[in-house]
Amino acid sequence: MAYRISVLSRTLAAVLGGYVSATLLGIVLSEALPGPRADTVTVAMMSSFAVHAATALWMFSVRTAGRAWICLLITWTLGAALWSALPR
Amino acid sequence: MKSAFRQSMAWLHTWVGLLLGWCLYFMFLTGTLGYFDIEIDRWMRPEQPMVSRVAASQSVQAGLRRLREVAPDARRWFIVPPAGRDTPDLRIAWQGARSADGATAAGNELLDPRTGLPALGRATGGGQLLYRMHYELRYLPATAATWLVGLCTMFLLIAISTGVIVHKKLFKDFFTFRPARGQRSWLDAHNVLGVVCLPFHLMITYSGLLFFAATWMPLIVSASYGMGGANHEAYLEELAGLPAVTLERSGVPAPLFAPASIVAEAERRFGAGQVRFVEISNPGDAQARISVSRLPRGLLPDTERLTFDGVSGALLEARRPGRSATRAAHDALLDLHEGLFAGPMLRWLYFLAGSLGTAMIGTGLVLWTAKRSEHAKPPHWPAGLALVRRLNIGTLVGLPIGILTYFWANRLLPASFDERAEWECHAMFIAWGSMLVHAHLRPPAKAWTEQLAIAAGLSLLLPVVNALTTHRHLGVTIPHGEWMLAGVDLTILALGVLFAAAALKARSASNEAPRTSTRRRSAVPSPSAAQSGST
Repeated sequence: MAYRISVLSRTLAAVLGGYVSATLLGIVLSEALPGPRADTVTVAMMSSFAVHAATALWMFSVRTAGRAWICLLITWTLGAALWSALPR
Repeated sequence: MKSAFRQSMAWLHTWVGLLLGWCLYFMFLTGTLGYFDIEIDRWMRPEQPMVSRVAASQSVQAGLRRLREVAPDARRWFIVPPAGRDTPDLRIAWQGARSADGATAAGNELLDPRTGLPALGRATGGGQLLYRMHYELRYLPATAATWLVGLCTMFLLIAISTGVIVHKKLFKDFFTFRPARGQRSWLDAHNVLGVVCLPFHLMITYSGLLFFAATWMPLIVSASYGMGGANHEAYLEELAGLPAVTLERSGVPAPLFAPASIVAEAERRFGAGQVRFVEISNPGDAQARISVSRLPRGLLPDTERLTFDGVSGALLEARRPGRSATRAAHDALLDLHEGLFAGPMLRWLYFLAGSLGTAMIGTGLVLWTAKRSEHAKPPHWPAGLALVRRLNIGTLVGLPIGILTYFWANRLLPASFDERAEWECHAMFIAWGSMLVHAHLRPPAKAWTEQLAIAAGLSLLLPVVNALTTHRHLGVTIPHGEWMLAGVDLTILALGVLFAAAALKARSASNEAPRTSTRRRSAVPSPSAAQSGST
């Protein structure tokens, strides 16, 4: 039972958490890159899929499901910090 | 530590692959057929003239005549003259017409290029239906289908990445195949199929994600462009770098300049037969524009377009939009996915790579059961294993049977039948559904053999049915050098031979299975075995 909950928790972290990470880092990238906005948004979206896939792998490779969520929270905090630090 | 990482990746590979494997198989198989969508389109419309060699200006004239009849008040008209492989037929389309209920309407029609009248013959979904199914699925609302397809594609990207990580000897395994060794052979086959086309798999999966990127990652667009559909449209238009000719109607009527002479002028600049489509906005208005786009050339085509004043016929703009490196990279990935630039040779390679990808997914699904059924024998199978085995049979063979049924229905449903095109497609899913039921009713070994035999029969007999029901069979198409049509029949025949060989193999395997078990029983003599042997 504990095993199943751990798998479910990691799955949520990978699918939903990974999606949030991908969107967050995508937004940061689209605003940080120089160039016309159509270009930066495109590059950001192209990269976001790699971020999502990599996050999914990450969520299943750390030792416990709890750690997976901690990793996610750290990523999000860093992403949000980067985003707020961007000049606008 | 390192092996723990690899173990967790192996676990992820197994379950990600299993969970959406059948949906991915469906997407890969229908998408692979999509590389021959135009060929299948033509095969499914046997009433169409074999080759349409009509001058572009003449077919534009014919298209215009028809548009004036069906959509006289539309804001935009499109005419696609027959030119080459991708657009072999004359097609017209319109946008912004007033429909009966006051809303604006759009539509399109396939025309006979010689007469300019709607093409006669059977209504069919054609190869386009199969092609569109690989990303629209079927019977699902558009939004649900798009998100499910996105999830499947992301799962495939994860399955491929973990597959590469798990694979310790990427190069050595390339040359490893141990046939007739049960689970080991399935694993080797899965590895070889995965590795041999790894670049293709990565390209097709990653580029597949890009097609709907703005739908799946809307917030990244919104961060720069703002929320809402209109802002997203703005992004897509900026990305295309080729804004549609949007000019408001002046309300002053004016006769349309003869498009035929404009097409002639465009052909003088592009070369004969190089017109991809003609777009006429605000026809009949003083603010009319006629623009002519050129056929794409090679990979990385940049859209060339000439825009003329629709009343005076003066050339207003000759546009060859430059693209940034980003857009070029983005477009190149999409072009690689669609393979429209591919000539016959490369198109076959695409088909082959797609087939190998389909087989990679199929062998992966079979491997899942092969691994687990070594430990458990039939009556004691866990429910999950039995279910996966049955879903495997009913989909891996059942889906091809469904698609073959779609082709059969195309030849057998009467042309006068009202909902013909819909029922062709229903027939495909009814056949697939019956195969899923069949796989649940029969013992697995028998179910494999029987379904493979059905698939073999359906494909080997299809050219025969074609010969009996149409005038576009091998006896006609080969002498006429119509390889586009003959290729469909011949490919189906070749697939039939493969299915037949697989059916024979499955039969001998299922005959062997009981023999080994009796051997094992006789090796350990027991009174009950002797008794059952004597009776």
